[in-house]
Amino acid sequence: MEKTVNQRAWLLVLPVFLLVAFSAVIPLMTVVNYSVQDTFGNNKFFWAGLEWFSELLHSERLWSAFGRQIAFSAIILALEVPLGVFVALNMPKKGIWASVCLVLMALPLLIPWNVVGTIWQIFSRVDIGLLGHTLAAMGIDYNYTRDPLAAWTTLVVMDVWHWTSLIALLSYAGLQSIPQAYYQAAKIDQASRLDVFRFIELPKMQGVLMIAILIRFMDSFMIYTEPFVITGGGPGNSTTFLSIDLVKMALGQFDLGPAAAFSLMYFLVVMLVSWVFYTVMTNMEKADTFHG
Amino acid sequence: MRMAKITLSNLAHAYHPNPASEDDYALKQTSHVWEDGKAYALLGPSGCGKTTLLNIISGLITPSQGRVFFDDDDVTSIPTAQRNIAQVFQFPVVYDTMTVRENLAFALRNRGMDKAGISRRVDIIAVMLGLEETLDCKARALSADAKQKISLGRGLVREDVNAILFDEPLTVIDPAMKLELRIQLKSLHNELGHTMIYVTHDQTEALSFADEVVVMDKGRVLQTGTPEALFEAPAHTFVGHFIGSPGMNVLDVTVDGSRAYLDGNLIKLGHHYGTPAGKVQIGIRPEHISLNATNGLPAQILRVEDVGRHKIVRAQAMGQTLNLIASNQTTINTGMASLGFERGKISVFVDGWRFSPSHGQEGAM
Repeated sequence: MEKTVNQRAWLLVLPVFLLVAFSAVIPLMTVVNYSVQDTFGNNKFFWAGLEWFSELLHSERLWSAFGRQIAFSAIILALEVPLGVFVALNMPKKGIWASVCLVLMALPLLIPWNVVGTIWQIFSRVDIGLLGHTLAAMGIDYNYTRDPLAAWTTLVVMDVWHWTSLIALLSYAGLQSIPQAYYQAAKIDQASRLDVFRFIELPKMQGVLMIAILIRFMDSFMIYTEPFVITGGGPGNSTTFLSIDLVKMALGQFDLGPAAAFSLMYFLVVMLVSWVFYTVMTNMEKADTFHG
Repeated sequence: MRMAKITLSNLAHAYHPNPASEDDYALKQTSHVWEDGKAYALLGPSGCGKTTLLNIISGLITPSQGRVFFDDDDVTSIPTAQRNIAQVFQFPVVYDTMTVRENLAFALRNRGMDKAGISRRVDIIAVMLGLEETLDCKARALSADAKQKISLGRGLVREDVNAILFDEPLTVIDPAMKLELRIQLKSLHNELGHTMIYVTHDQTEALSFADEVVVMDKGRVLQTGTPEALFEAPAHTFVGHFIGSPGMNVLDVTVDGSRAYLDGNLIKLGHHYGTPAGKVQIGIRPEHISLNATNGLPAQILRVEDVGRHKIVRAQAMGQTLNLIASNQTTINTGMASLGFERGKISVFVDGWRFSPSHGQEGAM
């Protein structure tokens, strides 16, 4: 078949091209620009090459922030995923209570991040907070402004409170899509409750669960607002996650070069992990339909 | 081998908690005995209550009223897992993450069968269904056809079941395979002698599989009988119409003794029926109507369809349409014709139900 060449088609692509350029490419390129230069003020810049990158890759500060970030994401995933699935399994399947549960579960998801931070900041304070005061009255030494463990516990519990519903709602949707016949067949096969979970519910939830884990990983890996509001990264550096460290570097110290290099590496890590997830997920789907 | 006679006693089921009228019942009051070792088909259109009836037998639904007995044991309140029933569903139900072999072995393993016994049974079933080559594939990787064969296999793999229930199991199977599987199921029934209940809306499937066919409509069992009985002597106009292709012609008439009148046109009947009151109809199969009879019923031929084996003629007589079957060789022109009814084959229905002739009186000539 012969294709007609019409160069005017470029005009039709132009608006999108401009939009993407101004909203993504140009800002990103500014960051790239900063990341390879150094400045001593007066808007004078000097070529620095990959110096910032190599310096950051050898910086203990960055690696410990990275380690804390990985630990935080791992802990909240390890808590939220099983808990969310457990909640979904125990939610009513139909009727008025199903709707009530859905609304209640959706509520935490509607609260803005900094409000969640503020709620927990006040809730956990030893002097006036319900939780902090009660714990102190019970003789438990709990003070998130002093004790790193208390600070971490507060952040983890807060994140679980905020986001477990997302996993629960997605799992619930996955569970609802399982035809009744599967449960009936399991009864006839004398399958135990655990078998039903392992061989029917979990495989059927696999797809949505992968998406839930991906979303939660990305979100928790980029967490900023809540720790900023509650602990400000402290005590010491114990809750200084990557975003908090980045902001300290870029706006606190105004080290534009290193901060730009930091941003780019941060961005690449998030993209790499998402790509791995995406590839694994699509490969699983392919395996599903390969022989079909 | 354990098997059982299944008795349904005064069974009825409504999905509403408080059924007000008879229409609220998905299954209207029914009593039925399923003899041990027979092959039954439960035939009826979608929504007629046949799946409800099946699920009551397997215990997935507890009936609103009535009892279910296996032999003499009342199992009405016994859960499905303890009833020792196998059931195959309309759409493939397989355990995705298991291999085909594990799928087939699952029910046996849960019942504590030893390894040698399991692998013997699995191999037999796999060969029978043509699954040998895929035994070690993951079930999720197979086509819908193959998955449904796994479902069938899981239903057939247990030897000691009280009955095997099939809920339209061949819906997703392609037509060529359908015929083959139906023959396999039938021969399997002859071989193992399990009681089998096969739910379907396809009369060919029902008639070719079953020793006895139970025809249902609107939650009611209309007739139970051999395929021949359903064809020759339908108990209800619905059965007459539902069985056969095309179904029985049902005409509104008045009957007086052995004569029926269709708008004043005489149709002679084979038996004496007195003067029945109510809505009186006669039924005649398309196979039993001939064209060009002397003194027949005048009719207008509307359309002729050649379906290969024979021709289906659609005609209209006194405002009522009817079908008849003519041999392939005859040439038929649309226009006026005179229809002759084989008088011995005419059934009479009153208010929908079959009406028996008065005894001892043959129809007057």
